[in-house]
Amino acid sequence: MDGRHPRPLLGVRGLSKRYGARIACQDVGFDLWSGEVLGIVGESGSGKTTVLDCLSGRVTADGGQVAYTRADGSVVDMLRLDEAARRRLLRTEWGVVHQHARDGLRLGVSAGANVGERLMALGARHYGQVRGRALDWLARVEIGQGRIDDLPETFSGGMQQRLQIARNLVTEPRLVLMDEPTGGLDVSVQARLLDLLRGLVEDLGLSAVIVTHDLAVARLLAHRLLVMRNGEIVESGLTDQVLDDPQHPYAQLLVSSVLQP
Amino acid sequence: MRDYNFAYLDEQTKRMIRRAVLKAVAVPGYQVPFGSREMPLSYGWGTGGVQVTASLIGPEDVLKVIDQGADDTTNAVSIRKFFARTTGVATTTRTDEATLIQTRHRIPETPLRAGQIVVFQVPIPEPLRWLEPREAETRRMHALQEYGVMYVRLYEDITRHGRVAQTYEYPVIVDGRYLMRPSPIPKFDNPKLDRSAALMLFGAGREKRIYAVPPWTSVKSLDFDDHPFEVEHWDRPCAFCGARGVFLDELIVDDKGGRLFVCSDTDFCSRRRAESEAG
Repeated sequence: MDGRHPRPLLGVRGLSKRYGARIACQDVGFDLWSGEVLGIVGESGSGKTTVLDCLSGRVTADGGQVAYTRADGSVVDMLRLDEAARRRLLRTEWGVVHQHARDGLRLGVSAGANVGERLMALGARHYGQVRGRALDWLARVEIGQGRIDDLPETFSGGMQQRLQIARNLVTEPRLVLMDEPTGGLDVSVQARLLDLLRGLVEDLGLSAVIVTHDLAVARLLAHRLLVMRNGEIVESGLTDQVLDDPQHPYAQLLVSSVLQP
Repeated sequence: MRDYNFAYLDEQTKRMIRRAVLKAVAVPGYQVPFGSREMPLSYGWGTGGVQVTASLIGPEDVLKVIDQGADDTTNAVSIRKFFARTTGVATTTRTDEATLIQTRHRIPETPLRAGQIVVFQVPIPEPLRWLEPREAETRRMHALQEYGVMYVRLYEDITRHGRVAQTYEYPVIVDGRYLMRPSPIPKFDNPKLDRSAALMLFGAGREKRIYAVPPWTSVKSLDFDDHPFEVEHWDRPCAFCGARGVFLDELIVDDKGGRLFVCSDTDFCSRRRAESEAG
């Protein structure tokens, strides 16, 4: 919406995935514009994560189109891109933050190597510079620089999640996919992580798709929301509008189900 | 030995292995699958190297077999005898006289020349194996040239030890394309692979893979700009022949901890001694 791109960064149309007779997601479509954070909410099993996995190619979609506008302005369909180019995009212009940090980290190598991996995969061949960038990013995600040589196994859940974010952002991606980034963290740690994410999204002008079942997280981070149920989008709109004045009966149920402390 | 075909293997098997060798030479550093046969020695004793040698050896060849640089260790003696009995070819311990050299762990110190073939016995051909256990995934990583994870390993080594701690089967990039694991040769021998005049063939019997470095092909050891690749060096010469700049073995010579450092390449060492005695 900032006018830099006449096209959306990501244009998704008719995305579908079935497991046998069971529908994981069906006819999912949305646009994501540069600098925008899109939240996908819904109960467990509603197909949120499948949509994210189809976008990143972790799961092969049955049909649909994911048109991505690259940094050079060309448009590619992620579902039809050859694997080499897709994996390259995933390492450069995209980032994927997993719900469980152990899916997105190498637990057996140091924090510094985790952050440096994408740089080295893209051809960085200077140890001192890789380490310097890693130190810089650890500071940005509020991990003490003294922990650079420690294994992620020794980190708390919140630190692991922040390390995973640093590992993805070190190559300055344009689009980040996040699956329940605050899942399994206690509330004070969640709050700090949310602060951090908001700051990073703003500073870097990131676009992001964030899947969450936590409506409070969605309200804090997302500009727009999609509500999913049984693999379909039942409602979409500006976050405040969806959360304060839900139209679809399921969205109303979802919003009214939030416990008030 | 009329009971066996020349060089033990039947001709169909030899052709199959030669086809794999040709493909390996055509795509330097790429691991070509082949139908590895049962051989009359156990896996881990050089079944891959023996099959490659058997498929290439002809009546005119002169064979040398070394194990850890030595011509007189059990494995080397057994394999040399095996081919002497099944082919009747001439054998030698002299690197410069051999046309075919089967080796485990070393490349001879004597410079190789064009026309010679070196056959390596390889235990684990896949350089990414301990970093990625799935074969399907490592093949994909080779296909897409995704070797960042190997640099992660080097990074970890430098972080923990201040240098790359890998001293043998040190990973290399062949012809600017494929990541390759040199059979467990010390990294000291890596520079000898680079633009070698001789053809280098690698056979892994248990893992059923053949790969190759053709003559004059570039072989670059992985490193960082600020931590360049270095080979081992010793601050003393060989205790027997006085050679410097060669790979030395440490020998414990008594019960009091006395030790000697001597050439690992026995042919190189004994010929230097013979020359100095003669001169």
